[in-house]
Amino acid sequence: MTTVKDLPIEDLYTSGHTACPGCGGAVVARIAMKVFGARTVVYNPACCMLIFSATYPYNAFKVPYLQVLFENSAVCAAGVKRALKTLGKDDVNVVAIAGDGGTADIGLQALSGAAERNEDIIYIMYDNEAYMNTGIQRSGATPFGAWTTTTPVGSQTAGKFETKKDVPRIMIAHGVPYVATASIAYPSDFINKLEKAKKKKGFRYLQVFAPCPTGWKAESSKTIELAKLAVETGLWPLFEYEDGKYTVNRVPKFSPLEDYLKIQGRFKHLKPDDIVQIRAWIKARWEREKAFEQVYK
Amino acid sequence: MQTMKNQGEKKIVTGDFAAAYAAMLCRPKVIAAYPITPQTFIVEHLSEFVADGKLNAEYMAVESEHSAMSACIAAQATGVRTCTATSSQGLALMHETLFAASGMSLPIVMPVVNRTLAAPIGIWCEHNDTMPERDSGWLQAYCEDNQEVLDMVIQAYKIAEDPRVLLPMMIGLDAFILSHTVEPVELPDQKSVDDFLPPYKPKHAYLDPDDPMVIGSFSPPEFIQEARYQTEQSMQRAREVIGEVTEEFAAKFGRDYGGLIDTYRMDDAEIALMTIGTVTSTARDVIDQFREKGKKVGLVKLRFFRPFPTQELIQVAQSVKALGVYDRAISYGSGGPSWIETRHAIYGHSDIPVLGFLAGLGGRDVTSDDVAHMINSTLEAAEGEEKKPVTWIGTRGVEP
Repeated sequence: MTTVKDLPIEDLYTSGHTACPGCGGAVVARIAMKVFGARTVVYNPACCMLIFSATYPYNAFKVPYLQVLFENSAVCAAGVKRALKTLGKDDVNVVAIAGDGGTADIGLQALSGAAERNEDIIYIMYDNEAYMNTGIQRSGATPFGAWTTTTPVGSQTAGKFETKKDVPRIMIAHGVPYVATASIAYPSDFINKLEKAKKKKGFRYLQVFAPCPTGWKAESSKTIELAKLAVETGLWPLFEYEDGKYTVNRVPKFSPLEDYLKIQGRFKHLKPDDIVQIRAWIKARWEREKAFEQVYK
Repeated sequence: MQTMKNQGEKKIVTGDFAAAYAAMLCRPKVIAAYPITPQTFIVEHLSEFVADGKLNAEYMAVESEHSAMSACIAAQATGVRTCTATSSQGLALMHETLFAASGMSLPIVMPVVNRTLAAPIGIWCEHNDTMPERDSGWLQAYCEDNQEVLDMVIQAYKIAEDPRVLLPMMIGLDAFILSHTVEPVELPDQKSVDDFLPPYKPKHAYLDPDDPMVIGSFSPPEFIQEARYQTEQSMQRAREVIGEVTEEFAAKFGRDYGGLIDTYRMDDAEIALMTIGTVTSTARDVIDQFREKGKKVGLVKLRFFRPFPTQELIQVAQSVKALGVYDRAISYGSGGPSWIETRHAIYGHSDIPVLGFLAGLGGRDVTSDDVAHMINSTLEAAEGEEKKPVTWIGTRGVEP
């Protein structure tokens, strides 16, 4: 078991990037690069991470870096990997790091194609539950009830009507070698999943819960607390699907949901009925987790 | 055409086969493609070449044209030669990615089987798929026959990869008229192509952990205008490179296509018709018929649409009394794209009448009579007769 203490001191994702204070995405990049090391090519789509990492003439990644467009992260990473293969550079990790909008919505077709072809890449979605770069619009990964700039709190309706799209399950349905969820509040779990992904061949998918205090209308000091509460309330299950076996990595305490909701402005309009609905979603979700463990033993 | 210097192997093949075979001879390392009628034979042949071990390449059978071009961009940015092919809707789906390829100076080569763009949906020849991409920073050439398809794909890599250019290039071939029609084509041997086209070894764009590079930075206004200017300079420098490559190819393989344009019976011509694509071969015959009747008419074949042959067409315009321009695409509200460009090119250098002719849209046949109509109209304009700027030929219910 690798812990934070075992990671190299040197950063390949360096200070000087311009992310907002408390950005969960930047934490994802920093930890991931400590695990992947210098023999890595990083792909970012047009997303927050591109802007705060790679605005010309600067770049926070100390490895080869490519950005092409928005909806093609998986296939661009695959193109890099295939080209490296023809050059005899089989030891290089190719990692796409993309947000939830670029993955769950506009990038889903390219993601599915690359997964179906079992392209030899690692795909990390940093999940901050909305299109933050363009100004906090709803994505398929936005949870039920959340305010965004396109699910406003109005006199007739308030927040998102639909529940969060379950992209990890979609990836499992492709039968790829490795799918995992992680959280920046549980770095050891995250690091060990990164290491597993690094060692495996074929298509590997990690979805990392990465709060965005700016978009969630929370204090920037609350990022890790938010990430922790999402796991402990049961909203964000930590699991992995490895070569056909499904494992829940942490059974949460199912701590009071209000503790998570009340420190975020995006949920402040919720009514008691809405919270009942979210509780019902958590219950159903965990029944499915147990069922999945039985199906994929 | 000159006599053949390098015999190679002569076979009866489709235009799609010629495109695929030429691509194989150029040894791309990564091929990413998605099928679309009438391009499908190209991707099928390429996958067969890989499956048979004739071509040592990674073949990515991707899930869309957007992904095909994205994969090529990423692979080419990693530092290897790539290839894809498409048509019509596929090119339209790629639209966004085309600008990334040129903006990143990636010399990707792509045969495009020219097919009509919906709606109405159809699968036959029209140039309104590639011509709207004139502003994408891609070089564009159009072919008259299957031999030219093969020869242009090989030349395209040489032109695109020249350090003075480093831009992507698309090669248009007319749907079915070339893509699915068999013609005798000389297939060069591998050694001749290897001698002509050295391996791709980029110095400007590659992703290598031993020498990290950033490709695709987010760029504020302080930098983008210079990038735009550099792309324009590359496109302008392509003119001389196209000339050099045309000559080198002719010396090695014995086939000289003339460069940005080719001409036929233009020496003492009093009027000229300019054609593009396969209508050119029909027009050669019609020009001969007019010559037999003593009419001093000549033919200009528009080979490159980007860069546009400005100087060449100024010279043509200064040598004739009227010029007819045939287009197989329309820019609604104006006229045929090459007619628009021609008038723009010669403005200030010549005040001859330049007539636009539209025919063969949606894949309708363009007959000898249609071409004769274009030539007669241009002759009448040369005599001072007032003519419509744009004439639709062979359109039901419309007087040409």
